[in-house]
Amino acid sequence: MVKLKDLAQMEDRLVAGHGMCLGCGIPLIFKVVLRATEDPLVIANATGCLEVCTTIFPRTAWNVTWIHSAFENAASTIAGVEAMYNALKRKGKIPKDKTIKFLGTGGDGGTYDIGLQALSGTMERGHDVVYLCYDNNAYANTGGQRSSATPLGASATTSPAGTHSPGKLQWRKDLTKILTAHNIPYVAQASPSRWQDLYNKAKKAFEVEGPAFLNVLCMCPTEWKYDESKGVELAKIATDTCVWPLYEVENGKYKLNYKPKEKKPILEWIKPQGRFRHLFKEENAWVLEEFQKKVDEEWEELNRLASI
Amino acid sequence: MKKETWKELTIGTINLEAGNSVKNLTGTWRSGHKPEFIEEHCIQCFFCWLYCPHFAILVEDGEVKGINYDYCTGCGMCAEECPSKEKSIVMVKEEVKLAEGGTE
Repeated sequence: MVKLKDLAQMEDRLVAGHGMCLGCGIPLIFKVVLRATEDPLVIANATGCLEVCTTIFPRTAWNVTWIHSAFENAASTIAGVEAMYNALKRKGKIPKDKTIKFLGTGGDGGTYDIGLQALSGTMERGHDVVYLCYDNNAYANTGGQRSSATPLGASATTSPAGTHSPGKLQWRKDLTKILTAHNIPYVAQASPSRWQDLYNKAKKAFEVEGPAFLNVLCMCPTEWKYDESKGVELAKIATDTCVWPLYEVENGKYKLNYKPKEKKPILEWIKPQGRFRHLFKEENAWVLEEFQKKVDEEWEELNRLASI
Repeated sequence: MKKETWKELTIGTINLEAGNSVKNLTGTWRSGHKPEFIEEHCIQCFFCWLYCPHFAILVEDGEVKGINYDYCTGCGMCAEECPSKEKSIVMVKEEVKLAEGGTE
């Protein structure tokens, strides 16, 4: 089992001086994931918080080869790099035994919504790449518009809560399920609050032959509106309430990686976050009920799938 | 810092200097609170290192040695997640605000 002490002494592939917010979850995810492989790495980054904050021209916070092309095509970009690498290997321009790893990444805006088509294509064509989505539940980089990952009842700038609306009206899209339906070798959901689990999943994703997908919950103090020092705690609560279950699907086989001893009510997840504040008004009580019901249903379904 | 103009910058917005963001000292926009490291309480669990978004925990010879205030933004996650019996990192109010625009 890997120790934090050893990870801390590895070289940083993402370095200090980036412009991400106080208490941002993104660097916590990448600190662990980028250490899960020692091979050279190429990263294609969709437009989003990570891309903007790490590459404020003329600076870069990356110590690895890194490409940004557009919002919608990080997955296609990394697929292209992988195809080129294979071609160069065939032509003998890269030694046959040299291994390079490829990572495509984007936020929920760039993955659930805008980049979904490119991602689906890359996965379907079977490129040997890893795609990581850091899901912070909103278009946090452009002012907090709703995305298809924004939870029910959350107030976002394009689904504002007010006298006529309880915030976002729709249940979130289950992207992990969509990726599972691509029948790729490895799909997993993780959280930065459980670094060992995240590390193991990233390692598996890099090592597996063929496409792999990681969906990682990413706390966002700016858009979720909570005390930024409580971010890790909040990510823990997400797994304890089963709002964000930790599981993996390896060659079609489901496995739950974390079963809370006592499943907590969703209120513990909702209460600390300002984006849900209006849900405690009498007229919005149905949203909380619906939220709990949906979480329970999904958790039950997941347990059923894991028991097959 | 003197900003480069189009005459000095590489054509095609290619940046050949990997990791040069370290010149950007994010500690200049600290929250008004800063963490203080109390070495004698530290159990070397590395949680502060793990949960610091701005890579501001100093690690030397395999040990947590303190905080790099050049980058610390004062979010407080290190202090919050510190599991030692008596906290090895505590947040304290910072009276003097650092100067604006801290690059190089």
